[in-house]
Amino acid sequence: MERFALTVNGAVREIEADPATPLVYVLRNRLGLVGAKLGCGLEQCGACAVIADGEKVLSCVRAVSEFSGSEIVTLEGLAGDGEYSPVQRAFLETGAAQCGYCTGGLIVALTAYLETAPEPDRQGAIAALDGHLCRCGAHADVLRAIDRLLAEGEDGA
Amino acid sequence: MAPNPSLEKNPSLDRWLAIGPGETVAVRSGKVDIGQRISTAVAMLVADELDIDPARVETVRTETGLSPDEGITSGSYSMTQTGEAVRRAAATARRHLLDRAARLLDVDPATLEVDDGTIQSRATNRQTSYWELAAGEPFGIDVDADAPLKPRAALRHVGTPATARDMADIVRGSPHFLPDMSRPGMLHARMVRPPHYHARLEALDPAVPDRLAGEGVRVVRDGSFLAVAAEDEFQAAKAAQRLAAAAVWDKGDGLATGDIYESLRRNQRVSLPVVDGAPVEAPVPPQGDPPDGAAVTLEARYERPYQMHASLGPSAAMAEFDDGRLTILSHSQGIYFLRAALAETFAMAPGAIRIVHAPGAGCYGHNGADDAALDAAIVARALPGTPVLLKWTREEEHAWEPYGTCMSMDLRASLDPGGKIVAWSHESFGDTFMMRPRPGPDRIGPARLLSTRFLDEPLDPPVMGPAMGPHIGIHRNLDPLYDLPGKRLVKHLVRGMPLRVSALRSLGAYANVFAIESFMDELAAEAGVDPVAFRLDHLSDPRGRAVIEAAAERLDPSGADCPEGRGRGIAFSRYKNIAAYAAVVIEVSVTDAAEIRLERCAIAADAGEIVDRAGLAAQLEGGAVQAASWTLHEAVAFDRDGITSRDWESYPILGFDNVPEFETVLVDPGREPFLGAGEATAGPTAAAIANAVHAATGLRLRRIPFTPDAVRAAALA
Repeated sequence: MERFALTVNGAVREIEADPATPLVYVLRNRLGLVGAKLGCGLEQCGACAVIADGEKVLSCVRAVSEFSGSEIVTLEGLAGDGEYSPVQRAFLETGAAQCGYCTGGLIVALTAYLETAPEPDRQGAIAALDGHLCRCGAHADVLRAIDRLLAEGEDGA
Repeated sequence: MAPNPSLEKNPSLDRWLAIGPGETVAVRSGKVDIGQRISTAVAMLVADELDIDPARVETVRTETGLSPDEGITSGSYSMTQTGEAVRRAAATARRHLLDRAARLLDVDPATLEVDDGTIQSRATNRQTSYWELAAGEPFGIDVDADAPLKPRAALRHVGTPATARDMADIVRGSPHFLPDMSRPGMLHARMVRPPHYHARLEALDPAVPDRLAGEGVRVVRDGSFLAVAAEDEFQAAKAAQRLAAAAVWDKGDGLATGDIYESLRRNQRVSLPVVDGAPVEAPVPPQGDPPDGAAVTLEARYERPYQMHASLGPSAAMAEFDDGRLTILSHSQGIYFLRAALAETFAMAPGAIRIVHAPGAGCYGHNGADDAALDAAIVARALPGTPVLLKWTREEEHAWEPYGTCMSMDLRASLDPGGKIVAWSHESFGDTFMMRPRPGPDRIGPARLLSTRFLDEPLDPPVMGPAMGPHIGIHRNLDPLYDLPGKRLVKHLVRGMPLRVSALRSLGAYANVFAIESFMDELAAEAGVDPVAFRLDHLSDPRGRAVIEAAAERLDPSGADCPEGRGRGIAFSRYKNIAAYAAVVIEVSVTDAAEIRLERCAIAADAGEIVDRAGLAAQLEGGAVQAASWTLHEAVAFDRDGITSRDWESYPILGFDNVPEFETVLVDPGREPFLGAGEATAGPTAAAIANAVHAATGLRLRRIPFTPDAVRAAALA
């Protein structure tokens, strides 16, 4: 057992854990942040995605000790003080989820993409979902949410 | 009205609907929300019949003892049974409450109007409300299955686009799914699985469980059932790996590894003719010579492999055994059947078991949900007073869920000189789809749960008889909706197949419609007739014709306006010949690497009266995407030592990089019964892809999946 200080959604959280513990277990079981889902534990499905230092990372394999000092943002932290982030709102309003198990990972991945891509476009957004799986087949509605976000981005520019 | 089994089994209005607490209406459903948005549709239906804001409708979680017993959430029956039942329940409640209001206000009920629960008479200034009249009081009457509904023109919510009820929690990451739940003092549990179905625990190095016990890990063993439980989830996961390394398994003869399609032909089987959609106990009629007047006779064989539900979230359950009572959180689709099976397994009274539904990841049929509930219950019974959250791993979900059976379909048809079908034969071979833990003789309920075969007192997995109802199992959609003379339809239930199977979305319809609709194109080509015209020439059902025409109008299956190098295909079915009508047109291209790219897809469907428009479209499109994944990518692989499809790399599914542009037409038939749409596009999608690939390349693919290897093999054949 070791002590770690993690910065999650802007707050410093002290935890004691086996340093090899995958981050997703710490987020879900210690910090009560269940937005990241355990889908495979193999970095193959994307359900556990979070943002660390501005980049999307998968949290189901990498150890919590690797994230000491990182700024982690989870699905729960995307909206900040608001009700929904723009990506969350686009998913909500286009109904871009069926069971919803993959949805958080998709929202996190698209958020990281839109925040870092110099000129976001549809192809880039789809590439950002590489490694993210959806089994319900909500793909068409997810693409509609992406189109809406890109259109909003243009309006705002 | 057609009889509604949900109302027949649960006639009391109080079972379905209650006024209150507060100024709300609580609605209970026995069908669970599995992403098909039934709770959203229920809220819209109840809000309209009662004239209240949908936000006042509380859709209560489903649990044994309180919720109506509606069997299993399956067969695309959520709207047909639950939707219809709650709508009539709300209509019955409204009439009852307005009668009481009329007496209270001393006015004619016909003068009453309701505004968000407030009841007012045009004849007086006095008013009352649902909440004043009945909050917390039982109705004490039965649902009138013929209670008059509000006229369509007066509906404010039904048929409009709505946001799904749980969408806010999902996009914000609020606790929603079963594995998000936690209880004080809860332990995390993991299973240690054998290498395969037939392996049994031969020895376990006792030093390892001893060491684990010393570290606070609880080890639970019952025969070859092995599990661990620990306070910390990572600790439990590691302990399971250590315990697995300490186990020695007797692997017996392993899995039978012959070619599955040969096994379907050679193994012992039960063969029955199918008449009007249902098998009959009669000899199978021989395949005679083509009839007089046949100008040409075609034959073709189509095949689909074992395929998995492959839920994105592994199965899980929470269980607690306290004072002789078992409480379980489960994402099962049939909590009453599960309760009966668990009661029988543990020799407990059903009333001593309470099962509460909590959402899992989408299941698409009978996945590991029920099995995980048994696993958690076994662990909880060994650790009384301790809540246990047991999660399967990804590998377990892939390797142990009950798959959709492989199938093989032989079709033969004759055309007359005018291009009309004059004889039709279709034989389908497959294993059972009927392995849900439904109670029955010989402990068949428990025997269908995975882990009972591994207990110290094991149960053998049952050998199922043929399902005899219309359009179930292998013979779902075996009988085509077309007007065909001289139909010879046969189902073959094949024994001794190697893998564990049960209900996968659409059962045999996916394979049968794939075969029928591929063959229709082959026949149309032989007749020299355009595929749309050929179908319409053989289809008198006006609603079927309408969806074919609507889909073809959006995306012309002739491909006349199709870009160079691409091809289009159409396919159609009416699910079970009684549920939703769906026609699908798909445009594909085939890359130099022999990959099939899905370019465009038009769907037209008639699912009866439209309630939750967005949910209906999502079911149709989602079903098409999932079926496209099955069709392009999926086949369960295995060898003597077990299942080798154990993760997303060894069992790939469709990604976001191959999604067609959808155009979905919801044909609105007016006030017609709800037909159920969740499985309507699966079969047509498979055949539309096959037909489109043929149009693009000239290759006729008859064995799913259409991988690049399969495309190349067809090109070289």
